[in-house]
Amino acid sequence: MAFDSVADFIAMGGHGVFVWLSYGIVFFSIALYLVHLRVFGKRVERQIRQLAEREASQAGESQ
Amino acid sequence: MSVMKTLTMYYHRLGSPRFFYGYATRWLPWIAGIAVLLLVAGWGLGLLVAPEDYQQGNSYRIIFIHVPASIAALSGFMAMGVCGLFILVWRMKMAEILLKAIAPFGTLLAALSLITGALWGKPTWGTYWVWDARLTSMLVLLFLYIAVQALHNAVRDPRQAARAAGLLSLVGVINVVIVKYSVDWWFSLHQGSTLKIIGETTMPWSMLTPLLLSLFGMYFLYAAIVLVRAKTEIVWRERRSNWVRQMLSGRNHHGV
Repeated sequence: MAFDSVADFIAMGGHGVFVWLSYGIVFFSIALYLVHLRVFGKRVERQIRQLAEREASQAGESQ
Repeated sequence: MSVMKTLTMYYHRLGSPRFFYGYATRWLPWIAGIAVLLLVAGWGLGLLVAPEDYQQGNSYRIIFIHVPASIAALSGFMAMGVCGLFILVWRMKMAEILLKAIAPFGTLLAALSLITGALWGKPTWGTYWVWDARLTSMLVLLFLYIAVQALHNAVRDPRQAARAAGLLSLVGVINVVIVKYSVDWWFSLHQGSTLKIIGETTMPWSMLTPLLLSLFGMYFLYAAIVLVRAKTEIVWRERRSNWVRQMLSGRNHHGV
């Protein structure tokens, strides 16, 4: 362990703001992008399903 | 089967979006799992266990996110350049899909490299930003990532769009080389490379271990993200094919 106490760990020798802001921004933005990927993937799949259903019903009408 | 035959078989299979989708689905949990393990280990050791730097104190711990983000952003652009080559010369469909999948996270990583670099620069150099070769060429990398995607979106026909984006990626690789050697070619406030392929790395193992773990972790995370994004792109492009329709209708419990 490089730190003696939790307070020391948070303070980072007076540079806590820079260290924790860096890690925070990286974590938060990557997490946000992962959520976006998931939502986007689901939306694309839903669109394809709707497209298939629409084509199936059109095919039914024309018969 | 000879080695050459096996290689060409995999080239053709992975070049086919449908087969790639299958491989990606099978490999994804492993790649994502390894990414999480490596990043937890690297960032955990880097924040908690690695010793203080004798010059920079604790602010240097930003290295464990700044260097992986920067190197992965540069590698991502190199990979887009390779995709560009495959698109322009062989019109390979999978290269078009991968180029599109690599770009967004590379853009984010380039931005994160600049932000974490600024937050490291303030306590170390006393300034968030200087217009020197390394920082400026990294800003150019971010703009190139944005330009490739803008160009891709601006061209209507997807295959023409991929050719345009591929060409810009291939040309933009020159900037990756400039970023790499900027600290050697010009006087820079930025420190020299910590990791060296040739020659001695001066970092002690207690710092080098978390750096390498987080670097490989970032590569695996990037790979997992590219696979997820590529899978979505594949089902969209193949939306009229039977295998996609059957797969999606099965998941929706329609007519099964």
